[in-house]
Amino acid sequence: MTLAADKNTDIVVPDGHVKLTIDGAEVVAPKGELLIRTAERLGTVIPRFCDHPLLEPAGACRQCLVEVEMGGRPMPKPQASCTLTVADGMVVKTQLTSPVADKAQAGVMELLLINHPLDCPICDKGGECPLQNQALKHGRTDSRFTETKRTFPKPIAVSSQVLLDRERCVLCQRCTRFSEQIAGDPFIELLERGSQQQIGTAQDQPFQSYFSGNTIQICPVGALTSAAYRFRSRPFDLVSTPSVCEHCAGGCATRTDWRRGKITRRLAAEDPQVNEEWICDKGRFAFTYTTEPDRLLRPRVRDAKTGELRDASWTEALRVAAEGLTKAKEAGGVGVLPGGRLTVEDAYAYSKFARVALGTNDIDYRNRPSSAEELAFLGSTVSGTNPEHGVTYGDIEKAPAVLLIALEPEEEAPGVFLRLRKGNRKHGNRVFHMGQWTTPAVVKTNGTLIPCLPGEEADMLGRLPSEVDELLRRPDAVILLGERAAEITGLFSTARELAAQTGAKLAWIPRRAGELAAIEAGALPTMLPGGRPVTDSVARAEVELAWGLETGTLPTAEGRDLAGILGAVANGRLAGLVIGSVDVHDLPNPELAERALDSGVFVVSLDLRESSVTRRADVVLPVAAISEKAGTYINWEGRRRPFPVVITGTNRLPDCRVLDTLAVEMDADLFTQTPAAAMADLGRLGHHTGNRIPAPSVDAGRPNRPGQRHAVLATWHQLIDHGSMQDGEPHLAGTARPAVARLSVDTAKAFGVADAALITVGTDRGSVTLLAEFADLPEGVVWLPSNSTPATVRTSLGAGHGALVTVTTAANGAAS
Amino acid sequence: MSNELVPVLTKRWLSPNSWTMDTYEQLEGYQGLRKALGAQPDQLIELVKASGLRGRGGAGFPTGLKWSFIPQGDGKPHYLVINADEGEPGTCKDIPLMMADPHSLIEGCIITSYAIRANFCAIYVRGEVLHCIRRLNAAVQEAYAKGYLGKNILGSGFDLDIVVHAGAGAYICGEETALLDSLEGRRGQPRLKPPFPATSGLYASPTVVNNVETITSVPYIVLGGSDWFRAMGTEKSPGPKIYSISGHVEKPGQYEAPLGITLRELLEMAGGMKDGIPLKFWTPGGSSTPLFTAEHLDVPLDFEGAAAAGSMLGTTAVQVFNETVSVPWAVMKWTEFYKHESCGKCTPCREGTYWLTQILQRMCKGEGTAADIENLLDICDNILGRSFCALGDGAVSPITSGIKYFRHEFLALCEKNAEDSYEAFLAGASA
Ligand SMILES: Cc1cc2nc3c(=O)[nH]c(=O)nc-3n(C[C@H](O)[C@H](O)[C@H](O)COP(=O)(O)O)c2cc1C
Ligand code: SF4
Ligand code: SF4
Ligand code: SF4
Ligand code: FES
Repeated sequence: MTLAADKNTDIVVPDGHVKLTIDGAEVVAPKGELLIRTAERLGTVIPRFCDHPLLEPAGACRQCLVEVEMGGRPMPKPQASCTLTVADGMVVKTQLTSPVADKAQAGVMELLLINHPLDCPICDKGGECPLQNQALKHGRTDSRFTETKRTFPKPIAVSSQVLLDRERCVLCQRCTRFSEQIAGDPFIELLERGSQQQIGTAQDQPFQSYFSGNTIQICPVGALTSAAYRFRSRPFDLVSTPSVCEHCAGGCATRTDWRRGKITRRLAAEDPQVNEEWICDKGRFAFTYTTEPDRLLRPRVRDAKTGELRDASWTEALRVAAEGLTKAKEAGGVGVLPGGRLTVEDAYAYSKFARVALGTNDIDYRNRPSSAEELAFLGSTVSGTNPEHGVTYGDIEKAPAVLLIALEPEEEAPGVFLRLRKGNRKHGNRVFHMGQWTTPAVVKTNGTLIPCLPGEEADMLGRLPSEVDELLRRPDAVILLGERAAEITGLFSTARELAAQTGAKLAWIPRRAGELAAIEAGALPTMLPGGRPVTDSVARAEVELAWGLETGTLPTAEGRDLAGILGAVANGRLAGLVIGSVDVHDLPNPELAERALDSGVFVVSLDLRESSVTRRADVVLPVAAISEKAGTYINWEGRRRPFPVVITGTNRLPDCRVLDTLAVEMDADLFTQTPAAAMADLGRLGHHTGNRIPAPSVDAGRPNRPGQRHAVLATWHQLIDHGSMQDGEPHLAGTARPAVARLSVDTAKAFGVADAALITVGTDRGSVTLLAEFADLPEGVVWLPSNSTPATVRTSLGAGHGALVTVTTAANGAAS
Repeated sequence: MSNELVPVLTKRWLSPNSWTMDTYEQLEGYQGLRKALGAQPDQLIELVKASGLRGRGGAGFPTGLKWSFIPQGDGKPHYLVINADEGEPGTCKDIPLMMADPHSLIEGCIITSYAIRANFCAIYVRGEVLHCIRRLNAAVQEAYAKGYLGKNILGSGFDLDIVVHAGAGAYICGEETALLDSLEGRRGQPRLKPPFPATSGLYASPTVVNNVETITSVPYIVLGGSDWFRAMGTEKSPGPKIYSISGHVEKPGQYEAPLGITLRELLEMAGGMKDGIPLKFWTPGGSSTPLFTAEHLDVPLDFEGAAAAGSMLGTTAVQVFNETVSVPWAVMKWTEFYKHESCGKCTPCREGTYWLTQILQRMCKGEGTAADIENLLDICDNILGRSFCALGDGAVSPITSGIKYFRHEFLALCEKNAEDSYEAFLAGASA
């Protein structure tokens, strides 16, 4: 025996592992690992196209061929290392040591290129193209191909935002496998065969995918390009900055590419614990809203003489704001509505501003339907949520059963949807959706619908099918609540009880990115930062100490919530408002909000763009967009998602800085001059270990029952809709799901609209008219997308999930 | 070796109305089934193993061994799938068999299903052969009516349903995993193996895929016993085989003979070369098997003999070409076929056949150069053993073997081109 062999026998092979040799080096690998990855861990990169670590192996491109010997016998053909799993005693020779593998790879590369247009100079992928890179590394310097290349008309629009160049396609099937396996959408398919094989759109199935952009990113050539980014830049001219998506509570890791002060594109970044390598199309494409013409660039104040808003200097605007707020504070008080899209740093500044500069607990970030029960739930159950103790994406994937209540994952939390689907595909999870109809997400998670009336969800929890109850008792089962839980009386309380009874873990997945940050920061009327109850003297003392306030300075009573604040303004009890990015149309009662804003109250608005609030404000203070500031989101798991400034040098100020300066004008110190300072200040408070807000205990509400004259409304947001953060991106808007009203055939018959194409859903406030589509909703229930029509559900109907509505044939035949 | 016809599988073909139940039952029909149902399923698997029966679909895999891979007691449904796609160029045995004697296949299906504990069997027939599909369907109906199919077959407690499924005209759907995908209603492209059909086949359940001729052999083995079967053919390739002879012979058609017969003997049966024009080249088992020449007249046509002589037995589709045929032209035509039939899944076959076709077409037009020959061989080397499935391997057989035996014909095309170019050059110079 040689010395080397002696040494080799020293390698310990742990349980579940095997030992093999790659290019003469012994390596230990976990059983089941694909050869291509084992080699990669050794530092040997085998060229590849179809291989993708998150997709099932295809073995289609044949670029990754290596020579393999098993049990001392060479396998007769070179093997695809992306499909072969490691085995004990395997001897592998890659292109580095095997002339056979090397020639096989060079041969495949040459074949891949014979029909390739080689239009790198005008290809979006040029500079970051696996085909270009690997051809340079492993290919021939010249081509022997002198015949006629296959051509196709190009590009063809797969959707309004994905364009396909079939000539560049290497038919690796990454895009089709992604669509089929990961997203579950009938999006693109292989068509024809042989050299005519091509990618095309699925037949008879309309384009419908919220995840299509991922195919552009994983396409190893420039065959799939984005309508928005096409021909915009060369990748090597771009600056790439890590970023975090601002569009939902998922906290997906993204990468923002930009140059000359402008974002050119956004890509998914890799974060195995959160978004793996995927993001939704909203996260990818919706970034142009920050450069819309109505972007606020300078402060504005309402001119005393004309009554109109006019540009002002920061000095003037801050002075006017400070004076007005001071006056309003004395005249009854000021309420604060920060909105649900803030970073922790910014939310913390609002929270501290309310307490320190305004001396009030009248602060509520919830710019959406909300309830007192929810407030108790947020304090008792959500605040302090973190991935160590709470539910994580990984938990969702591994859970034996997941019960979703009032949560439409694909529309409201796309990343969660992908994990649910993965969990079902990989681990056979059971997914139960308590909702109103068999949505695409129910189908794609291979889930089971637990149908109920809108508003009946809480009650339904007491009557769960025994199978569900039993599955929830399995270790690691999970219950998930969505944003509209706040519209269902008793749901938070009963869900908590169910979790306690079954041992299932409970998590709340709101829609907006800033929700958990705002809770953590105490941007609520009952809570100081860290979930400290405002009514708890010990908690207050802790905060007073950290904030350098005299004991007893902090207000001791719970403040007003959103409705309370708006009501108090409307009837003159509050004299001022500080409002962050809040759209009146998002509020549960837009009419009340408008009345409040028009009541002569002094309004300071901190916003990005002109809005229904800025137009009514006395002082408008422009703030930095997400790409212009650093900060930290907290996603639904409670995971901190810090991100740096993307576009440097804009001089735009984050909310925390604006509020800090405003506070100084009002003789208060927030210590939130920068996001870093704000974070440090919040950090000084430390973890809250004392009393928490008591859990809610509200009985399940009685849902509205449909009758002869009224139907019950179910409603939630579609992912791609009229939200203002999707403005300026027509290609994305073109992929929105069509806005339709859904109801069952029986309901349509009962309301006499079975033959109507267009139906009108109304309340005494107004109506929404839409194309009708039949679905399996409970009798007497009609579903509307919340914000997919010019007339939104909130503004036009003044109603929400569970409300009574009328259903009639549209009068004039026009959709509104 | 005998050069006598041994009608076994073909013995009823010339009987009047051979495809009907009546004729079949009169001529020993369904006797094997009655016997088989009296045995234990495992005994049947052992019997077929002992007979040495090898797959007749091209690869020659031992049939009994394949059946024994089906996990037993796994709680999943088991399936038998009959490969009746018969797409290999030159092959014409399964369809005549199903036309002339469909019940013998059905009987084989029932016995095999019983052996592997399958209660569902699909016969995947090449879509173009409508007449055959109708006849097969009619036979299946007859079998149901007689209690050979359906519930509690012949009182045995065994249930079986047979479905005849028409393909849609793709050679690749004869590849067993592409066939399964196609049967499931998907795009017919080969699947990654493992898992193999025996553990994860049709609808991810244990599945046996066998050729028509393979399964039709089973009732005869049950009736005649393994020793009788082994008395025909050779030690490693026992049994009778239907050779389908086409091309320049006097009497093309199906000739059933023991495995190991030679072309010389087959030609005698087929009346010799047409019009006496001498043999130039031939395929032993379809175009995917490397060409033979007149040198190979005495090669024993069994799995071992064909392989030892540098080709393969394939489907025993003997295509015979006389001296009037240009090898490069024939090779070009075959290559066009593979280009047309490549499923497109993998790079070497998809792109390679596209390229090879163009080179060969150009050469046949007289525009080739000697370098093209080397390129052809090198491209073939980059396809053979690099493709995802055996279609790619088969595609290069005509080219590599054609050049191996007839390089001079390819060269002659190039020389003509060189002369023409020279003349053109001279013509150009004088103008
Ligand atoms: C491209 C290709 C085409 C094939 N076509 C057929 C066919 O038409 N009929 C057939 O029986 N086997 C065909 N085969 C072989 C099958 O994959 C498989 O080996 C056979 O059906 C197994 O049956 P057997 O063991 O009874 O031979 C084909 C294989 C390839 C690679
Ligand atoms: S479009 Fe791109 S990802 Fe899709 S098959 Fe072609 S090369 Fe692969
Ligand atoms: S899933 Fe949510 S966080 Fe992720 S990209 Fe989409 S909107 Fe952004
Ligand atoms: S070799 Fe490749 S392209 Fe050709 S038929 Fe097989 S899988 Fe399809
Ligand atoms: S990367 Fe292995 S076959 Fe494509």
